[in-house]
Amino acid sequence: MKSGKWKPWALLAPSVTAVFLFLVIPVCFIIVYSFWLRAPSGADIPAFQFGNYAKFFEDLFYPRILLRTIRIALESVVLCVVMGYIPAYFFYRSTSRFKQVFLLLIMLPFWVSFIIRTMSWINIMGDSGLINHFLLKIGVIDAPIAMLYNEFSVLMGLLMYLLPFMVLNIYVSLEGIDKNLLEAARSMGCTEWQAFREVTLPLSLPGVSAGSLLVFVLTAGTYLPPMILGGPGNDMIANLIYKRVIGTLDWPFGSAISVILLLLLFAIVWTYNRYFGVNQIFKSLQGK
Amino acid sequence: MKNFSPGWTLIKIYTFLVYIFLFTPIVVVIVLAFNPKQFGIFPMEGVSLRWFIKLAQDSAIIDAFKNSLILGALTALLSTTIGILASLAFIRCEFPGKNTLNTLLLAPIMIPEVVLGVALLLFLRFLQMPKSFFLLLIGHVVLTLPYVLLIVQARLGGIRKDYEDAAKSLGANAFQTFKEITFPLLLPAVLAGALFSFTISFDDITATLFWATAQNQTVPVKIFSMLRNSISPEINALGAVMIVLTVATPLLAGYLSRKLSKLRE
Repeated sequence: MKSGKWKPWALLAPSVTAVFLFLVIPVCFIIVYSFWLRAPSGADIPAFQFGNYAKFFEDLFYPRILLRTIRIALESVVLCVVMGYIPAYFFYRSTSRFKQVFLLLIMLPFWVSFIIRTMSWINIMGDSGLINHFLLKIGVIDAPIAMLYNEFSVLMGLLMYLLPFMVLNIYVSLEGIDKNLLEAARSMGCTEWQAFREVTLPLSLPGVSAGSLLVFVLTAGTYLPPMILGGPGNDMIANLIYKRVIGTLDWPFGSAISVILLLLLFAIVWTYNRYFGVNQIFKSLQGK
Repeated sequence: MKNFSPGWTLIKIYTFLVYIFLFTPIVVVIVLAFNPKQFGIFPMEGVSLRWFIKLAQDSAIIDAFKNSLILGALTALLSTTIGILASLAFIRCEFPGKNTLNTLLLAPIMIPEVVLGVALLLFLRFLQMPKSFFLLLIGHVVLTLPYVLLIVQARLGGIRKDYEDAAKSLGANAFQTFKEITFPLLLPAVLAGALFSFTISFDDITATLFWATAQNQTVPVKIFSMLRNSISPEINALGAVMIVLTVATPLLAGYLSRKLSKLRE
């Protein structure tokens, strides 16, 4: 191999070709297709009109699903921060010999299939599931409580999937904090709590925000938890795409909804990048 | 922080509860896989292997397993190969548009899998090609490539260029340098990248559900179609087998790689 000007291009050719051919071009296709018309015969007619987008916004049915998606994504972000910060802090401050093992355990769920982790909530929250079985046994209730197929069970499924991402993001940013700063705070007479509030917490916020963006983006694009654990009123925007494309084969409309989802995510990522920068996220992914 | 303070104890308890939350669903799948009953979940009466035996006799499930394994292995091979080549260009060469291209190659992480699922399917439809195993493979390579790039680039950035320069000054050509110097130093990242892409491919359901066909099933897709009726001990048994496979493989790989590196020292 000559070390000429063309060398990097030769090395890059396979990946760039793959991503261009199988990601960039197909995504452009979606955009083009979202302007097409669907004929009653089921064939799609090339056109340039905004009918599919108009259909999405003509009544409240579809915008409601969009708003619900944003709301559930925000709910899962808040829950992940609330549930994830303390374990991350625990890893950071732990002096235990088993610290590596604890960290490994948080990453273990990543290796367990997403669909298995999702469906297992049926084992736990179902009418004859773990919780009802236990409550019936100790006599707190006389009949099973219906816990599945609502927004709460969808959120449980989402948390199961997203929490490790949040914990790792926060942990990586905590580990990056200079320990001398804490020493300094303490020598100035700060209490443990003050040192945390004035030094640790503000410096770990980049991790919290990176984790939040990741959780938001992943929630907004997911359809399995609502499909398996939600009821008819819990559909999110990705469920809609799945139903239109796989169910009714309405490609132009399905494409338009996909574009709306992409626009929503780009708006979120762009705004985030303006204020925080997205580099932190790749850092945490490399830390895995 | 004194590790006996009440605050620290609360933090420990809280962390423990989060572990319970994350692990109960996984443990319950494994426990219920041994449930002898045909219907329902709890209570369990006794322990039985009947569902595992039923799985082993189910040719559709065996086929899905074969498919998943072949797909995962091929995805790992392709993704890691092209990922290493691209990483070499990004870390070892200077050229215009480097950052833009790197961002482009990481784009699949930022694009929701649903959209990628629809996009590839639409593209295929436009080309008037039927769904096939090849589609699954392409899709999985695109999905896993960013992770390989991140892992390999991180490692490659940490390897000093001096070694490669030394080899070159001793008369090695580019290929020999890569084979003798760079690749052995890069091996841990290569294996991690390959393992990562295998696991992602083996588990993927969100995008794969768009690309799979009745003839081309993967295990997660099979589980999804079995869930249509309701949850059953058989699904839990299949889940348990999957869990053991996907958790044991990386753990074993990690353990072996540590052993090997100790032997080298």
